[in-house]
Amino acid sequence: MTSLLATTVAIPDVIVFAAGAVMIMIGALGVITSRNPVHAALSLILTLFGIAVLFIEQQADFLAAVQVIVYAGAIVVLFLFVIMFLGVDRNEDLDAEPLAGQRSMAFVIVLMAVGAIIALGAEAHWVVGPHSVSGVPGGPYQNVYNLGRSVFTTYLFAFEATAALLVIAVVGAVVLARRSGAANAEQPDGQPENEEVAS
Amino acid sequence: MITELATTMIKMPSIDYLAILPVLILIGGAVLIMAITAMVPGGLRRDVATAMTVTTALAALISSLVEWHRVLVQGATTTIAHAIVMDGFSVFMAIAVSSCVILASLIGHDYLKREDISSAEYLILALISAAGAVLMASANDLVVIFLALEILSIALYVLVAFNPRRAESGEAALKYFILGGFSSAVFVYGIALTYGATGTTNLTQIVDFLGQNTAQHPGLLYAGLGLMIVGFAFKVAAVPFHFWTPDVYQGAPSPVTGFMAAVAKIGGFAALLRVLLSAFGTQAATWQPIIYALAVASLLLGALLMVVQRDVKRMMAYSSINHAGFILLGVEAATTRGVQAALYYLFAYAIMTVGVFGVITLVSGNGDRDTDIASYRGLLRRSPLLGACLVVLLLAQAGAPFTTGLFAKLGVLSAAVSVGSWPLALIAMVSAVISGFAYLRLTLISVRPVGAPTDVDELGVETGVSAPMHHLGATLMLEEELPTEVEIAHVGVSPVALTGVTLAAAFTIIFGIVPGPLLSLAHAATMSLLG
Repeated sequence: MTSLLATTVAIPDVIVFAAGAVMIMIGALGVITSRNPVHAALSLILTLFGIAVLFIEQQADFLAAVQVIVYAGAIVVLFLFVIMFLGVDRNEDLDAEPLAGQRSMAFVIVLMAVGAIIALGAEAHWVVGPHSVSGVPGGPYQNVYNLGRSVFTTYLFAFEATAALLVIAVVGAVVLARRSGAANAEQPDGQPENEEVAS
Repeated sequence: MITELATTMIKMPSIDYLAILPVLILIGGAVLIMAITAMVPGGLRRDVATAMTVTTALAALISSLVEWHRVLVQGATTTIAHAIVMDGFSVFMAIAVSSCVILASLIGHDYLKREDISSAEYLILALISAAGAVLMASANDLVVIFLALEILSIALYVLVAFNPRRAESGEAALKYFILGGFSSAVFVYGIALTYGATGTTNLTQIVDFLGQNTAQHPGLLYAGLGLMIVGFAFKVAAVPFHFWTPDVYQGAPSPVTGFMAAVAKIGGFAALLRVLLSAFGTQAATWQPIIYALAVASLLLGALLMVVQRDVKRMMAYSSINHAGFILLGVEAATTRGVQAALYYLFAYAIMTVGVFGVITLVSGNGDRDTDIASYRGLLRRSPLLGACLVVLLLAQAGAPFTTGLFAKLGVLSAAVSVGSWPLALIAMVSAVISGFAYLRLTLISVRPVGAPTDVDELGVETGVSAPMHHLGATLMLEEELPTEVEIAHVGVSPVALTGVTLAAAFTIIFGIVPGPLLSLAHAATMSLLG
């Protein structure tokens, strides 16, 4: 058992960590302070990229690649699509507080949460260790190998169960996309249209 | 280790298909309905779709009974790399969920017809959601529990938004989705911290780890446990994680509300019980105070706010919070008796709530408009069978004799007393009295004749938010609160939904008079959980 702060860390690790942490913080601040939603989405890419750097520092190379491809790539592009659909020219009024004092409340709560996490990291005993357990550093068996193994052994069922989520996503998208059609033009004959399911 | 990995081929874990048969049947049925709907020109006919759903749920129920037989012979087994467990507990929950699906699809049938919404997607989502609930009860790995929770919840988010012509439906779905997503994030963070503290996500291995190691700095473990409890408390609508409940229950289409109330509670409590009692059984002294506090808050707030509601769906939302408190009573006891009582309560409540929301579906009329308490006036005269079912189900929720409600409440109360939590039991009894008042008021309103003049012993309705305890007596006085000329809409009772409601009421009475079978089923399920 090790305590996170008690382990000795090499200097290059510290530098990489600091670089990643700075990227994450700048990106995160950009997300909440940008008036233009597009800028906020782009700042999010910086944050997610910084997290990828931290993954590399933890020797989780595969996760770092997935982080860049899936999150920084696909998901933020999806965000941008939505923002473009709704109109990029609308700047958010950041001064409006729908709930009085919510910003200062959020600040206090975040401070408390961060404090709790630091306290936990410093004091608690972590069984899994400060570094990735999925890959042996420099060894011939890399992350992909180990992840692949666990997907088909330990987490086989969890892996298969995600199929149900995909079915829900397909059906849910059809249901929710149809509602705008149903609201605009009432189906006079009441016959449900089911072409979407096939596509 | 490394050389061993290099030389061995990947050995796929053995799969006992019987252990996941109910889940496979439910998802398979959903996919089948989806495929046939896509292929049949003009879509699947409503009654065919409903019949297929009922058949699927029946098949899942029967496969659970086959599992039950196997469990009796061989005892509990785990399969698929110990990610899935088949024991009395998982079978019990599968039976409960399948029963709810049968009732809910019968009730939903008429709603969809009335609102002119295509049935197939509704039934597909309901089946997959039910599969998620069954999976939550049979998962033996925190990752699988999380995925099952998401399968259950995401399907419910879409179901809540199912009526495109009601703005409230979409609003409720958005609220449920955002708060639900937030609670899922908290839950998965709890899993991560638990993994950090124990080095595994498998419940059996967590038990082994906690049995062999004494945590000198257990902060991480406790933080993980606490965050997971928050996630579950949100799902089962326990105070103070209940804020979504009234709005979502009110906004969702009525049959969906019933299904959601039943299935989400079964799934949430199933996973909560398994995680707390099976994986963290050694840490009971840590989590019992948390559950105690949740139970007290849910019991009191649920009962007090229930009395002041005018809208029947909101009333039932607070009633569900109150029931969550009662079930937590049994969880807190953490004994065979307590868990058995909690399981019995869970099953009884699930059936009751589906039935009550079935009645609400039929009474509310087109667009779910008439949910005011006044719409129930004289229901017994207007539609005798429906009214009788409502009376039975409401009295059962209040805990009347000859219904499952009595044994449910008695069971959890005696379990709490037997472990010395008599203050909790006392609070529960007080809350039962307060909520009983609300149930009785709705019962009396539906028993009263339609045209009865309002000035004769009218049971008024409190609209203020003042402390109901204080006004308990006052509200019984004459009040002119209810409008004299209520539009008494004709209740369109159709045989399919009525069958569902009647089945729920029949279940409540039969197992209330002969509680033996259900109690012994709950007992066997408890034994497999506590070992």
